[in-house]
Amino acid sequence: MTGYFLQAFIYLVAAVIAVPIAKRLGLGSVLGYLIAGVVIGPIIGLVGEETTTIQHFAEFGVVMMLFLVGLELEPKMLWNMRNRLLGLGGLQVGGTTAAVMGIALVFEQPWTIALAIGLIFALSSTAIVLQTFNEKGLTRTDGGQNAFSVLLFQDIAVIPMLAFIPLLALPELVEKAQSATSAAAEHHEELSLVAGLPGWGYAIVIVISIVGLVVGGHYLSRPLFRFVASSGLREIFTATALMLVVGIAALMSLIGLSPALGTFLAGVVLANSEFRHELESNIDPFKGLLLGLFFITVGAGINFGILFDDFFLIIGLTLGVMLLKALVLYILAFCFRIRKSNRWLFTLSLAQAGEFGFVLLSFTTQNHVIPTEIAQTLSLVVALSMFLTPGLFILFDKVILPRYEQASNQGEADEIDEKGTVIIAGIGRFGQIINRLLVANGIKTVVLDHQAAQIDMVRQINTKAYFGDATRPDLLHTAGIEEAAMVVVAIDNRDASLELVKYIKHSYPKVKILVRAFDRGDSYLLRQAGADIIEIETYHSALELGAQALKELGQHPFHVEQQKASYKRVENKKSDLLYQAWLDDSSGERFDNNYRQLFIHLEEQIKLALVTDRADKHNNDERGWTPPPKGYAEDFKDNL
Amino acid sequence: MPKNKVLVLYAHPSQHRSEVNQPLFHAAENIEGVTTVDLYYEYPSYNINIDREQKRLIEHDVIIFQFPLYWYSTPAMLKEWQDLVLEYGFAYGTQGTALNGKRFMCALSAGGRSDAYQTEGYNHFTIRELLYPMEQMAALTGMKYMAPLALFGARTAKEEGRIDQHTKRWQNLLCALVNDQFDYKRAYEVEKLNPYLNQLILGE
Repeated sequence: MTGYFLQAFIYLVAAVIAVPIAKRLGLGSVLGYLIAGVVIGPIIGLVGEETTTIQHFAEFGVVMMLFLVGLELEPKMLWNMRNRLLGLGGLQVGGTTAAVMGIALVFEQPWTIALAIGLIFALSSTAIVLQTFNEKGLTRTDGGQNAFSVLLFQDIAVIPMLAFIPLLALPELVEKAQSATSAAAEHHEELSLVAGLPGWGYAIVIVISIVGLVVGGHYLSRPLFRFVASSGLREIFTATALMLVVGIAALMSLIGLSPALGTFLAGVVLANSEFRHELESNIDPFKGLLLGLFFITVGAGINFGILFDDFFLIIGLTLGVMLLKALVLYILAFCFRIRKSNRWLFTLSLAQAGEFGFVLLSFTTQNHVIPTEIAQTLSLVVALSMFLTPGLFILFDKVILPRYEQASNQGEADEIDEKGTVIIAGIGRFGQIINRLLVANGIKTVVLDHQAAQIDMVRQINTKAYFGDATRPDLLHTAGIEEAAMVVVAIDNRDASLELVKYIKHSYPKVKILVRAFDRGDSYLLRQAGADIIEIETYHSALELGAQALKELGQHPFHVEQQKASYKRVENKKSDLLYQAWLDDSSGERFDNNYRQLFIHLEEQIKLALVTDRADKHNNDERGWTPPPKGYAEDFKDNL
Repeated sequence: MPKNKVLVLYAHPSQHRSEVNQPLFHAAENIEGVTTVDLYYEYPSYNINIDREQKRLIEHDVIIFQFPLYWYSTPAMLKEWQDLVLEYGFAYGTQGTALNGKRFMCALSAGGRSDAYQTEGYNHFTIRELLYPMEQMAALTGMKYMAPLALFGARTAKEEGRIDQHTKRWQNLLCALVNDQFDYKRAYEVEKLNPYLNQLILGE
């Protein structure tokens, strides 16, 4: 037990120190994790052999990441992507494999080894690239979207690759392995549902599992989540989310499919679910930590012995591979008309080998396709290329992007067609109206509510809403508050809205906050907390009904309208004055005599403002047209 | 240092459709000495702040109405602005001398071609004649009137590439007014400013 604690502590310390420093230096978190790994592994030697075991465990982070990626992708979007997915992705994998294979053949490798190497280097690092896109806000750019389709294709392509590689086994390697078979046999035997099934049986099992996953995900998940949500226990919801991901991963492993693909599919199925953001916020921390761990193990696994023995060979190979990949990507970007800075983003972001490269490498050695010595060298090349990727992003940020920005700044400023989204917290009677108005005007909203029943109801009338407690920071994060233009707080609970306003103001000072207040006192508290726009929930409707009363009493509608406007204007001014008095008031209750007197005084002012005429010059508040005094036309007689 | 302070009061109720007035308004925004006011932006419910508007008038030397011509007159906002802001005792009447000596003009866009705004044309009146109420408003409030600057055939100006040229004209005019290098006397005499602008703008 003590050993585990020590291990965990070493990894955590390394991450806690290295990652914030790397982030501050503008290197990104991925490089931070890698450096942390290098320090505790090869350099200090605190961790050793066990990193490979941990790495297998940490690969689960990749599985979780693909689940989250799936959650972001609605089936419709996936269908819209099909051209880029198959075209760009297919050509990238095919082209890179062919190019690498060709070069390996020139170096007189057998074609089987050459092909395997080609496949390994065709893959890029989904983990590094998506994480970096997220951090740098590049996900929505054209280059980012295209890179994403390629990564998605690669992740899917891993599955047929895993099926195909055993066919490449070298006879002499297999023979050599025969001697050690007895030991290896135990090791290789894994739990499997499909072992010994004939081909058609296997196919049936796979189809049944996938259909079960999609149908179950669609129809069973909702009642389950609703049941769990109604318990109101957060940790049980987290447990449910984990159960789902782990369960699917287990099922996929049992039938010999990639867990990553399975969870990705489950994610896509759940992308339309109202529980999407809640799921995301629950899985996200696990994913982040596991991915971090994964990168640390990559760093710790770098074998400096081999690296220094063949220093120039390995560096040369790494740079060669990256250059070749970049070349293929650049040509594709050119053919698919990805333009300007996006072309460079696409080229540079995907020019490394990836974590699936490790998976394929260990799989190829197990299957006697690639000899161990070559595999060790290749594994270093993969790790080094991942290590260099953050550098490429820095190159893009500091050198390439500024050049294009300069060029585009000289022309006309672009029309901003996509405004930031609006997060609406609370979709009760109040939030619904706001949401309808915004959506009708083509504004993208993300609606959150913590009552599953309420979500259910508004979903029935075609309002997209998500289950989740908006006062939780992680949920706000997954709802995209970093990119949001504003948050509308329409929660039916004064303390919760006040807390939420304080939190947003503190953590995201740039995000505008519009908030529903209950009464005057509440509005002052919210104003003090930094809310930008505050409306008291009953004010406008009461004013409207009052105006209707005046009309019913026979007053002219236009005059009533102007009285209403006057009322609002005086009330605004009064509210400001009262707020100042309230702020200055030192008494704890903030409602002492001074404040009350001022309130009464201003109440009198309103009355006066509404009865006096502007022409009387008693006040300056009436806005309507006032006639000139009787007989004024006499003034102009002289001018004739 | 600008010699005159110029106030552009802009009224356009449908700016997302505007092709002519919007670029003109933006062009005016960047000129030193020119204050630009988007009336529909400031008073979306027509609740004009009379005190603020009167203060603005007092602080400026040249007042310009910028608007698209609607039914041979200004959009409703500018009429409401006149009704409310130009009060007895402020703009007219024995005590109402706040605007005396200031200069006034209209800069507008009109749908019809320039030949329609002739006695013989289908609009029967020249643009100057149609804006007589404005001219008399200036007279009664003691402001010196200048003939209007108009862009005719405004609906097709964009397609015919006439907007850039007109924007240039408008900017030159504003600069000349700010620097007080303008032939005000002739600007009062002509029917409209458009063809004479180069002669009206005086050198250093």
